[in-house]
Amino acid sequence: MKLQKKDILGIKDLSIEEINLILDTADSFVEVSTREIKKVPTLRGKTIVNLFYEASTRTRTSFEIAGKRLSADTINISASTSSVVKGETLIDTARNLEAMNPDVIVIRHSAAGAPHLLARLLKPSIINAGDGAHEHPTQALLDMLTIRAKKGKIAGLKVAIVGDIAHSRVARSNIYGLTKMGALVAVAGPATMLPLHIEKMGVAVFRHINEAIQDADIIMMLRVQTEREKQNIFPSLREYAAYFSLNTRNIRRAKDDVLVMHPGPINRGVEISPDIADGPYSIILEQVTNGVAVRMALLYLLTGGTG
Amino acid sequence: MEQKRVVMDAEGIDRAISRIAYEILERNKGVKDLVLVGIRTGGVFLAERLQKNIAGIEGVAVPLGVLDITFYRDDLLSTRKKPRPRKTDIPFSLDDKKVVLVDDVLFTGRTIRAAMDALIDFGRPRLIQLAVLIDRGHRELPIRADFVGKNLPSSLWEAVAVNLLETSGRNEVVIEDSPQNHPEQGTR
Repeated sequence: MKLQKKDILGIKDLSIEEINLILDTADSFVEVSTREIKKVPTLRGKTIVNLFYEASTRTRTSFEIAGKRLSADTINISASTSSVVKGETLIDTARNLEAMNPDVIVIRHSAAGAPHLLARLLKPSIINAGDGAHEHPTQALLDMLTIRAKKGKIAGLKVAIVGDIAHSRVARSNIYGLTKMGALVAVAGPATMLPLHIEKMGVAVFRHINEAIQDADIIMMLRVQTEREKQNIFPSLREYAAYFSLNTRNIRRAKDDVLVMHPGPINRGVEISPDIADGPYSIILEQVTNGVAVRMALLYLLTGGTG
Repeated sequence: MEQKRVVMDAEGIDRAISRIAYEILERNKGVKDLVLVGIRTGGVFLAERLQKNIAGIEGVAVPLGVLDITFYRDDLLSTRKKPRPRKTDIPFSLDDKKVVLVDDVLFTGRTIRAAMDALIDFGRPRLIQLAVLIDRGHRELPIRADFVGKNLPSSLWEAVAVNLLETSGRNEVVIEDSPQNHPEQGTR
C-alpha cells in the first residue's frame, strides 16, 4: 500500500489503514537507529527544510536526525534568526524556500492552519510539526507507535490524557488517532482547560485526575503551559499540582502495568512528580526514540515512489 | 497466455541445499567465524535450511541474520510501486566474519549489490560469499555466486519463482511464461 497523500497535516485526515501503514513502516526504521552506522542511503539527494516559527528541541532535532539517517540533506530555519524578523510574511518565506527545490518542508507555527496554507500553495510535501492549538500529527503517531510496541495493540486500551486539553495540539491529535484506532480515551483537567463540547470527540470527560486514570493502561500527561499562568486559567502552579499532578499515590488507581507518557518538555513537580517521570512506569524517553523512526517513515513514504 | 513449468521439485531443492551446505563448509574449512545472512524474503528461508543442514553436519548452529535491502535499493526513487521496508535483524557483529549471503534467485545482481552495501555498513566482514538456489543469468552488474543450486538459463520474458513451504505451502521452482512480464520489472 502506498500513502496517497502529498502532505501530513493532521491525524484527522488519516484513515486507519494509513495510520497502520505509517506505524508498520516506522517499525522497520526503529532498527536503523540501533546500528553502529546509523545511516542508510535511502533518501540520497532529497532536501528537507525544517521551518520552525516556535521553539522546539525534540521535534526539530528528531526531524533533522530522521532526515540525516536517511541520507537526505536537512536544513533548519528558526524564525528568530531568519528574514522573518525583517518582516517577511510566511507565504513569501515559503515561496522563496520552494524556489530552492526542497522535497519536504516541515513546519511548526503558532497559527493553526499555517501548514495547510503552505500545502495548498507549494509543490513540496508539507509535514505539520505543530500548528497552534490545532494538531501535532507526528507526536500522536510516535505515541501510537510506542503504545503499540509496548502493549501489542491500541484497540481496547484505556488511555487517560490529563492536563491542558484546550491548548494542547498533542491532546487533539492523540484523541483523533487513539479513538480511530479503537482505544477508550478519558480526559481530565481544570474546567478552564477543557474545551466546550470535547465529549463530541468521543472521549469521557472528568474534572479530577483520579477518575480519569482509574484502571488506565496508559496515562498521558500534558505539559502545563506555564506561560499561560498570566491568562488566569489556573490560580497557581501549586494548586494545579495539588489537583492534577501524577504521583506515586494516585498512580495506584491505574492498572498495575500502566505506562506513563509525556510529550515533553516536562515540568517536574507540576504535572508529573520526578519519581514518576524517572520511575519504572515511564516510557517518556522511548517516545523520543520512536519519534525518530516515525519521522523517518513519513519522510520515506512522502518522498519516494511518485515516479 | 500463461504457462507454468516446474524446473525443480521438493527433492531437488533439498538435494541442492544439502550440497551447498557441504560446499560452504569445504570452502571455509568448517564453521569457524561463519555466519549466514538471508535476504528477505526468499533468502531467509533458504538460509534457515542451510543453517539446519550445516548443524546436521557439524553439530553447530551458525549465526543467522536477516537482511532487508529496501533502504539500499537503487530504484527507490524511480519505481512507481514503493516497496514496504521490512525489519533487518543481524544480532551479531560482522567484523572479521565469513559472511555467506543467501538469496533465492540471482538475476540482475542489483539486489546483491544493495545487500553488500548494507552489510558493509554493519561492519567489516573478512569476506562475503554468495549462495543462491537459482542463477537465471542476465546480470547487469559484475556479480557472480559462489554457491549455486541450479543454473537456469531463462528468457527475460519469463518469471522464475521459488515457491517454498514457508510461504506458499509447497517446495518447487517454476518458470512462468508471461508476455506482460517486461524485463524492466525484474528486481532480482
